[in-house]
Amino acid sequence: MLYRETGQFKRNYAADQQLFPIFQDKILLAAILVVALAIIPFAINDYWSKAILLPFMVYALVALGLNILVGYCGQISLGTGGFMAVGAYSSYKLCTAFPELNLIFVILFSGGCTAAVGVLFGLPSLRIKGFYLAVATLAAQFFLIWMFNKVPWFYNYEMSQITAPPREVFGFLVSGPQAEPAAQYLFVLGFIIVFTWVALNLVRGRIGRSWMSIRDMDIAAELLGIRPLQTKLLAFAVSSFYIGMGGAIIFHIWLGTVEATEAFDILQSFFVLFAIIIGGLGSVLGSFLGAAFMALMPVGLKVVLVDWIGMVPVTAKHIEFMLVGSLIIFFLIKEPHGLARMWQITKEKLRLWPFPY
Amino acid sequence: MRLSKASIAIAAAGVIAGAAWAETARADYDSYTVPNLVYRTGAYAPNGIPLANGFIDYFNMLNERDGGVEGIKVDVVECETGYNTKVSVECYENLKNEGQSGALVFNPHSTGVTYALIPKASEDKIPILSMGYGRTSAADGTVFPYIFNFPATYWSQASAFVKYIGEKEGGMDKLKGKKIALVFHNSAYGKEPIKTLETLGAKFGFELMLLPVDHPGQEQKATWLQVRRGKPDWIFMWGWGVMNQVAIKEAAAIRFPMEKFIGVWWSGSENDVAPAGPAANGYLAGTMHAPGSDFEALASIKKHVYAKGNGAGEESRVGEVLYNRGLLEAMFTAEAIRNAVKIHGTKDIRGEQMRDGFEAIDLKEADFERLGLKNFMKPIKITCENHEGDGPIAIQQWDAAAGKWNIVSEWIEPMHDVVRALVKEDAAAYAKENNITPRKCS
Repeated sequence: MLYRETGQFKRNYAADQQLFPIFQDKILLAAILVVALAIIPFAINDYWSKAILLPFMVYALVALGLNILVGYCGQISLGTGGFMAVGAYSSYKLCTAFPELNLIFVILFSGGCTAAVGVLFGLPSLRIKGFYLAVATLAAQFFLIWMFNKVPWFYNYEMSQITAPPREVFGFLVSGPQAEPAAQYLFVLGFIIVFTWVALNLVRGRIGRSWMSIRDMDIAAELLGIRPLQTKLLAFAVSSFYIGMGGAIIFHIWLGTVEATEAFDILQSFFVLFAIIIGGLGSVLGSFLGAAFMALMPVGLKVVLVDWIGMVPVTAKHIEFMLVGSLIIFFLIKEPHGLARMWQITKEKLRLWPFPY
Repeated sequence: MRLSKASIAIAAAGVIAGAAWAETARADYDSYTVPNLVYRTGAYAPNGIPLANGFIDYFNMLNERDGGVEGIKVDVVECETGYNTKVSVECYENLKNEGQSGALVFNPHSTGVTYALIPKASEDKIPILSMGYGRTSAADGTVFPYIFNFPATYWSQASAFVKYIGEKEGGMDKLKGKKIALVFHNSAYGKEPIKTLETLGAKFGFELMLLPVDHPGQEQKATWLQVRRGKPDWIFMWGWGVMNQVAIKEAAAIRFPMEKFIGVWWSGSENDVAPAGPAANGYLAGTMHAPGSDFEALASIKKHVYAKGNGAGEESRVGEVLYNRGLLEAMFTAEAIRNAVKIHGTKDIRGEQMRDGFEAIDLKEADFERLGLKNFMKPIKITCENHEGDGPIAIQQWDAAAGKWNIVSEWIEPMHDVVRALVKEDAAAYAKENNITPRKCS
């Protein structure tokens, strides 16, 4: 009863095609937006920004990118960390070479650079499939990280640890140590809102459908007239674009300084892959839920175990390792299609509530 | 949660302090908060654990024996980072306003994390004590007012090593045509000494051979094959964690003479040499302090902490190289608190006052005796411009039969003329890039 679309008629095509056709969804979305845009910016402090909201938003963006490739187009990739590094280092090169360039464009262009690199490493996907492709993208991961550590041009012949210079956007400092947490948060939130909207539209339109047909059965898709090369490469490009932006935001906004070998190592690739598997493959919402699970669960557990219960930090850490591991297994057994599917089921249940059958 | 509790506490403290201000202008803290970013888990845990134990044991001893520092207990709040930068940033933000005093100092225990925290901590006015690691140019106190890396930087240490081998070879002129290999952790940390060694190579005419080892450093066969092929006369190592022991084992396997193999002071602990067994005998490493547990302060720790069952680790490991290093960090922190209280005439200090405490560190032989650390290290003096000190560095050697480290060299003065110029140059570049106006010190 709580969640019932009975009586919500669509009288024209526009109404039928809207992103959120159900009234309750609209209310929920509006509530989330009000909280995110009107309440959090006034309540935010350094801790909430750097430890909770920025990690969540950045990983949501990256997971969204990877989900386009893995979840929608069915191409397994383990090169996420490497592509994030491409985003971070190209944004560093761009903003040091063109100090006047607005950070928004820096981040968009570094997404573009990453897309180009992604296409390059996506080329083998035409011949290599499944787990073999995963190994090929693993090569991208190792090669890119090695390159950023090895070639001094990428870090301007200084320290291999690159540091983000302070930059203003619309008169507000968003990178560098003096930046206000609210400004940083809103800056990243802007990217999240715009590119979530883009992703939602991409995946339900012609492009998304062609990705999904490639994913479900590539030979059949080919017979239907979908060109595998272009479709797969487009998926690699769009996915890497998102991941690259995420890497650039990690560098500029969240951490302020990164070292390729440490911040973007292979564990990052697994981290994001786990996030989308837990969140739900082939689901935009799943990317957010998965990112929240992976990024916030350790922080939450730490708060509960160390700050509330007063456990010794190292013991808490060991328990955290065990708990996060077993929770992953639990969720995968309970719902192999991820948290997004759980939300789906919840909605079904709410539709029938309080008279389930 | 910690944060809201902290903010309530601060608000409450503010109200109370405001009320008290009118009468006494003084409201003493119950405790000082000294956070410690530790790693008792992960690839670097074998080195992180003794470091963290020495730190917390020293403060527990002070709390137990003297009732804290200046009569106020010290609350050491550990945060487990696993040597991970992202987690360390979370720890930093979580702990910076902890307790009544706020965080008085941060010990990042990783060069990468130090880099990440430098801008923010400078902005938040919380000192960072990166004791013998971190960003080398932070030695310039005019550009990095809140960052301390005494008793010596990596660059100073590299120059001291070159001086040492010059002495062993029979004069600095004998270095001409020699070949020195640098086996380093392939990260910002490991790359630190390269610039200095290149400069010195050009000056003294030795050849430098660079051998990077990727994190975490368990696989080094290729590196040591290159050593065999390149036949260096000396090897320097900038390693950490499991990389150290693997390197020493590999060096033993190719029969490289251990007395020509010098590790940075983060590559010279019991954990690093023990796995190689007798083959590690004679291995050299830099150090800033004496090894062993024959010091009064360590005896006090055993008496006041371990005897009561409050020790952080095993009693037999008190006095290990990294344990003593953790203790040294704690000792400097405690002395800085004392200085800050003295300078500002109040016990209610925060990070900003603590900075002045660090800059007033001036420990002479007599002070070390007072602290129960006689002959533990050389006298040290920090000033507003110089956050590195003059750092004499000693070389210690591993005696595998006795299972202990012995200091085998005089205290070597680094080549300040070479290093200071490089520091100035790098600090000026950082200041320019980040729009920092260097402060005036006099």
